[in-house]
Amino acid sequence: MIAALKDGDDHAFTWLVDQHHAMLVRLALRYVPDQATAEDVTQETWLHVLRGLSRFEFRSSLKTWIVSILKNRARTRATRERRNTPVSDTWLATVADEPAVDPDRFFGLENPALIDRWASAPRGVAPEEQLLAAETQAIISRAIEALPLAQREVITLRDMEGWSAADVCNALGLTETNQRVLLHRARSKVRAAVEPYLSPTDQP
Amino acid sequence: MTAPNDEIVCKELVELVTPYLEDVLPANERAAIERHLAECDGCRTYVEQMRQTIRAIGHVPHEPITSRTRDEVLAIFRAWKAERS
Repeated sequence: MIAALKDGDDHAFTWLVDQHHAMLVRLALRYVPDQATAEDVTQETWLHVLRGLSRFEFRSSLKTWIVSILKNRARTRATRERRNTPVSDTWLATVADEPAVDPDRFFGLENPALIDRWASAPRGVAPEEQLLAAETQAIISRAIEALPLAQREVITLRDMEGWSAADVCNALGLTETNQRVLLHRARSKVRAAVEPYLSPTDQP
Repeated sequence: MTAPNDEIVCKELVELVTPYLEDVLPANERAAIERHLAECDGCRTYVEQMRQTIRAIGHVPHEPITSRTRDEVLAIFRAWKAERS
């Protein structure tokens, strides 16, 4: 196999790519943010594999060696391309001042092994007709009316009127992030208000 | 070797649900959420309840004006009437 590769045998190389390419892309995705970058890193890896073949020794399997090259390339790329913080972290910092769910529903310091995991998890989802029941709909209307104006505007346009995020940003003069924060707060509150009505076993 | 920022806890997931449903997260961060959902009943239920809520909001009967607006307009009307008499 390796001899065939070193000889420049097309079939041997094609076989190798067929065997490992998809796995390598998946592995690369653990380091880089998107599919296109992962593909790119994998192709770069193949180039390095070919260039390094003459130096390949049989101390490890071919697969192990290729994977180690992929990891190196992916880490280098991730470092180069890394935004200072992941999108999620920036978002979490933005919404931190107003929790979507009562913090008491998560384990705290008293249970370090389970900290920030559900202590009182939401239970069950409602049958579809429950969502449309007059009672549920009235709860939702009231929850929306109780929202601060900006949140009410966004959730009304997005979820009642079915506007796109871009249209709402334009109409209300909001940045994408602001629109999303307002939508998040509004939806979180409405969900909390209907939660007791969504659990079929737990009718209030 | 684990990937960076691999692990999400429930308290974070309930905050990430909107960017997740809006599909604005990079693939690796989205994948981290999906890995958490695959093993957490509570968060799966939470996300499903959020989807249900959004669907339910879409069915709320469309009032031409809110009762708050109606009250405000009514107040204007009453003030106008009081002024007249």
